[in-house]
Amino acid sequence: MLLFFTFRIKINFYNFVTLIYLEMNYIKKHTIDELADLAISIRKDVVRALKVAGSGHLGGSLGLADVFTVLYFNRMRHNPDNPAWPDRDRLILSIGHVAPVFYTALAHAGYFPIDELQTLRKLGSRLQGHPGRDHHLPGIELSAGSLGQGLSVAVGMALAAKMDNADWKVYTIHGDGELQEGSIWEAAMSAAHHKLDSLIALVDSNKVQIDGRVSDVMEIEPLAEKWRSFGWAVFECDGNSIGGLVETYQKAEKISGKPSVIIAHTLMGKGVKSIEGDYRWHGRAPNAKESEDFIREIEG
Amino acid sequence: MQKNINQGNKDTRSGFGEALFELGKSSENVVALCADLTGSLKMDKFAGAFPDRFFQTGIAEANMMGIAAGLAIGGKIPFTGTFANFSTGRVYDQIRQSVAYSNKNVKICASHAGITLGEDGATHQIMEDIGLMKMLPNMVVINPCDFNQTRAATIASANHCGPVYLRFGRPKVPNFTPPDQKFEIGKAIVLKEGRDVSIFATGHLVWKALEAGEILFQKGIDAEIINLPTIKPLDGDSIMASILKTRCAVTAEEHQIFGGLGESISGLLARNFPTPLEMVGMYDLFGQSGTPAELLEKFGMGTNDIVSAVELVTARKHH
Ligand SMILES: [Mg+2]
Repeated sequence: MLLFFTFRIKINFYNFVTLIYLEMNYIKKHTIDELADLAISIRKDVVRALKVAGSGHLGGSLGLADVFTVLYFNRMRHNPDNPAWPDRDRLILSIGHVAPVFYTALAHAGYFPIDELQTLRKLGSRLQGHPGRDHHLPGIELSAGSLGQGLSVAVGMALAAKMDNADWKVYTIHGDGELQEGSIWEAAMSAAHHKLDSLIALVDSNKVQIDGRVSDVMEIEPLAEKWRSFGWAVFECDGNSIGGLVETYQKAEKISGKPSVIIAHTLMGKGVKSIEGDYRWHGRAPNAKESEDFIREIEG
Repeated sequence: MQKNINQGNKDTRSGFGEALFELGKSSENVVALCADLTGSLKMDKFAGAFPDRFFQTGIAEANMMGIAAGLAIGGKIPFTGTFANFSTGRVYDQIRQSVAYSNKNVKICASHAGITLGEDGATHQIMEDIGLMKMLPNMVVINPCDFNQTRAATIASANHCGPVYLRFGRPKVPNFTPPDQKFEIGKAIVLKEGRDVSIFATGHLVWKALEAGEILFQKGIDAEIINLPTIKPLDGDSIMASILKTRCAVTAEEHQIFGGLGESISGLLARNFPTPLEMVGMYDLFGQSGTPAELLEKFGMGTNDIVSAVELVTARKHH
């Protein structure tokens, strides 16, 4: 990849200080420490955006902050100044309800101003309650919200890349409850059939869904065995460990001849001790008081 | 060439299959997907010639729609193929979100639409698909009337950027439109001019409308016969131009009267120029087994039903 080795100067205006720095492959690969700091900033902005919105999904958004940080600031090849770059790695967010963390990661990566996060869920905003392509927010490949569709789309994208001998990858993010949708398994079957090793799925295994514990609502275990029997390479890691995620993605990216899935064990509400693991925060937004408390907890 | 002469019966799905093969030759980006009905959809010629661009998805239509959306993100022009009921109702949510709301360049090609599917019966005879698809923003809905028009419409669909629902059928029916026609999406075609009544027809019932026109002519009624292969966007200008002349309308389609072409035209007229109108279509029933001809007669979509509808509506005309 020629562009991979192209250096380019980016001028950033921030707090009236002009920084000029050299950047490789558009987005620099951040170190583990830098990623951890970024994940904290992203969590805080998720809380702020949801407070202003007054509704939305906090629990899953906080639980996935580390995954989004790792993808957008370490693993994915992308260019926020050129969202349609044909050689970009693609992310398909199949669980559109965690839009707050998706939008916050995109804003921090430079796709649009961080201030715009304050428009989340407001009339006329590009930041729809669930991501909508029709609203032209840069960095979004697909409208998503109705569950169980993203993996099929990712299969189509990986097939297109294969036809073109292109080396870009497709990353997807799914919920554990989402795996109850039958269409996920249609897609899983087809990804293995076509040996799509450029496809790396991640399951946000937080063990909860709207109505309660996944195992009470509709058991999906044994999950690793299910994926393996469908012909996938299966990895498991702590989905709230930056280092663990980087390492696991590196392994999955090396797999050839089959698609990979990472079962990422996360905590809903991660970072805010008082709500961690509480499924009642799946679809709630914090009020002003809660948001202050939550931000203080995130800062530790 | 003489107008509206049957050049020999052919199935509309074969028009699709032929055009898909031609598109395969002319564009590297055209890809096709099929859910275990390659022969029925006449996609085998494409599949044989371009195996690297043909994706057999197995009996998994929801997955097929998603894969098509993904191929479109990857810059391809995907054509999906299955029966009309599996192309719409079964996968409506996938189409709504991943294709229409995501505005992906996917062509949903649906065969065996309508009652003329015949003997397989009501499980497969979808009469609601036009309504389902026309309600989706961003979606174009096309229902061509014969082999030649289906062929031309398939090629036009590839040149249109955005989601398209292309509906065609199983039986061999008269092939009477010009073989070399250019298909313009959203344009009505006047097949016969007249001044007493406007007959707006789509799909297999266009030929029936022409037959009805001849019977009506014997009866002293001069019908204007207009083919509307595109149901959405609707060619309002052509419809209004005809109505201002004839002042009454009959619509004819192989579809439920709720949600079809007739409903679209009645809405247009109610909003702009209230006009007596009769609908030939399915009156809120499921079908049953039988031959295509028997079923069209039984459910009121035959030539004589169009004649009766014209007689009714001309009697109601405001003078
Ligand atoms: Mg969950």
